[in-house]
Amino acid sequence: MSDAAAQPSVSLLYNPRFRGFIWQAILILIVGFLSYEAVVNAATNMRARGIPTDFSFWDRVASFDINQTLITYSATSTYGQAFLVGLLNTLLAAIIGVVLATFLGFFIGAARLSKNFVVSKLAAIYVEVLRNTPLLLQLLFIYNAVLKPLPNPRDSISFGAGIYLNNRGLVVPDPQFAPGAVYILVAAVLGLAASVAFKAYAKKRQFERGEILPVARMSAALILLPPVIVYLLAGQPISFDTPVLRGFNFVGGMRVLPEFVALVVGLSIYTAAFIAEIVRAGILSVSHGQTEAAQSLGLSRTQTLKLVVVPQALRVIVPPLTNQFLALTKNSSLAVFIGYPDLVQVFAGTVLNQTGAAVQVIAITMAVYLVISLITAMIMNVYNRRMALVER
Amino acid sequence: MTLYLRGDDAPVLAPPTRVGGAFGWLREHIFSGYVSGPLALAFISLIVWLLPDLIRFFVLDAIWSANDGSACRVQGTGACWAFVDRKLDFFRYGSYPGSEHWRVDLTLMIGTVLSARLLWPDGQKSRSGLLAFLFGGPLFIFLMMPGPAAVLREPGVELSILAVGIALACVLEFLNIRTLWVAIVYFFIFPILAVYLLKGSAVLGLMQVDTNLWGGIFLSLLVATVGIVFSLPAGVLLALGRRSELPAVRFFSILYIEFVRGVPFITVLFMANTMLPLFVPDNWSPDRLMRPIIGFALFAAAYMAEEVRGGLQAIPKGQSEGAMALGLSYWQRMRLIILPQALTLVIPGIVNIFISLFKDTTLVAIVGIFDFLRAIDAARIDPVWTGPTVSPTVYAFAAAFYFLFCFGMSRYSQMMEERLSAGRRR
Repeated sequence: MSDAAAQPSVSLLYNPRFRGFIWQAILILIVGFLSYEAVVNAATNMRARGIPTDFSFWDRVASFDINQTLITYSATSTYGQAFLVGLLNTLLAAIIGVVLATFLGFFIGAARLSKNFVVSKLAAIYVEVLRNTPLLLQLLFIYNAVLKPLPNPRDSISFGAGIYLNNRGLVVPDPQFAPGAVYILVAAVLGLAASVAFKAYAKKRQFERGEILPVARMSAALILLPPVIVYLLAGQPISFDTPVLRGFNFVGGMRVLPEFVALVVGLSIYTAAFIAEIVRAGILSVSHGQTEAAQSLGLSRTQTLKLVVVPQALRVIVPPLTNQFLALTKNSSLAVFIGYPDLVQVFAGTVLNQTGAAVQVIAITMAVYLVISLITAMIMNVYNRRMALVER
Repeated sequence: MTLYLRGDDAPVLAPPTRVGGAFGWLREHIFSGYVSGPLALAFISLIVWLLPDLIRFFVLDAIWSANDGSACRVQGTGACWAFVDRKLDFFRYGSYPGSEHWRVDLTLMIGTVLSARLLWPDGQKSRSGLLAFLFGGPLFIFLMMPGPAAVLREPGVELSILAVGIALACVLEFLNIRTLWVAIVYFFIFPILAVYLLKGSAVLGLMQVDTNLWGGIFLSLLVATVGIVFSLPAGVLLALGRRSELPAVRFFSILYIEFVRGVPFITVLFMANTMLPLFVPDNWSPDRLMRPIIGFALFAAAYMAEEVRGGLQAIPKGQSEGAMALGLSYWQRMRLIILPQALTLVIPGIVNIFISLFKDTTLVAIVGIFDFLRAIDAARIDPVWTGPTVSPTVYAFAAAFYFLFCFGMSRYSQMMEERLSAGRRR
């Protein structure tokens, strides 16, 4: 039977492997031809229009200013440094946005599941309104209709503790770190490490002897107390430079741009609506039998939530949550509409216009977002693998 | 051995407190816990605090008609609806010449009736569904796009457009046109008709209207429709490619999908706007409006592909194997067995993508296209009208428009989900 001659002879044309080979060859030829044409056309067109084709603009002087810089930058810096400033601004907005959106999203998702009529309905209204209007509209609204008409610095809205809001942004006290401040950081890190160690010890103890140690209270004490004690011992090395109104504007303190406030607030309230739905779906995915079983074992409501519901819900929540984090990062590019100097505004906007190096600039910008996406996806995949259901 | 027997009865516990009536309901549903009770109280006081102000601003103190912004600039007045009313034509058609608005209305009317027929396959079976299909859809577009004012101005033209819409719906319904034919008309004939109608052509005796003048709601709907219409077939092909057994096909599909999904839409738009003209020969360079639309369609296809892939993965392997055993070829298997099942499964997901794509159309403003939101933002700073209440008013108006569309679509997706799960429900 293994004799090849026993099989009916099939024309080469009907051989699936041969056909597959042909189709792929055709596809590769088409893609190759299109790419070749694109490259040739681009080369001709760029030469004809005098557009630079190399990366030599990178080290040239940028000669424009950026109003929010996390690293030292001035008009005499290079385009490469402008790129770095934009990238850092994007990351700053994205990271703060992700943190805020996660907290708000979990809160609203839980509120939507509340048995309380008012709480759940309001959460539902929040989700529906925010999800069904464009993010750009929300950003423009926050920026143009809420932040712009705010009073000028003289009539600032005061929140106490030296925090003021006016049409030039949010003014907050600027922390000043004396040399001793580094020990506070050390103490905080040590406290955190101690709390992790204590948690592991408590778990071991529970397995061996069935005793339950007060992990939450101990962790709180271990994380909060050491920095405070060191702060007092080291002679209070952190002081605050409080803003003071002098003339028409504030002196001292730290000014957060209204564009930044609008972007971060807009991104986080918009993404929070999506996260809320993910959280709700995740919690609902844990079957009721699980909760009932946990209660019949005598677990309290908090224990049921912490030990039974949340770990199973997280499995459903994490993958789409990752997508939301990535979406938020990509959406931070909408900063260009309200003039926050993010990567797209600084690099794909000003730098592109000044140098004309369209292909290189767009390629670099896209590559940055791709790398961010890939790194986030990788971290989340590792986490996901650890959380995934362990089956036999 | 010791035995333990309980001698006495367990203590009788008090019955759970349950108070009937309004007080009981309040206690159970509003002031039910240590966290949610105070939270509810806080929310209620927030509503009580804000709601009267909102009603006063948007309704009671609002300025409904005025000739310029002076009435809206008076201290203490509310929303400036007069501004929206005055700019309504600009919001709807951009700078499209006023005498030619009927062309836009007609295109929208035909498109709406056709899409209603496709999206609502057997909604017409009930009497109310039939009435909604024959009259509701055409009337809705009639009231939205020309609007009552234009109808009074040119009753003949606008009413005949309404008649065309109703007639088309009747033809589709009473001549029992098959869905496949409707789809062919919608995907192949209607776009060509739309281009000739909107751009104008000497043959039809229609004035040329440059795409620079297109704008407003009409342009938003146009961009969204083109993107959606293109992305569905392209997405299906990409999804099939991603699950193909041929490594090269799979590689290119994955490369495309992951690349597009990994970058922000704005960068895709920048690319379409600045790089696309470089990649093609000089005389092929696409129109200013065409570039972002191409970018949008390419972007949409990648997201659609992932949604369709989800549907393909949900179809058990036995279906494909059974079809193979019957001797069907690859394309026959996909067309007759796999795709009909997979696509019905993901209709809700596809609609959700439509919603996010529709919201994303606002971003085309970055390359200078006057879509609805851009028109709003441009009109907002008109010096004749400028005033403190203008911005909140127009943004509220835009929000209401987008909400109406997106919320409607999400309700539709929930309806379809329920309908599709009917077979699996027991």
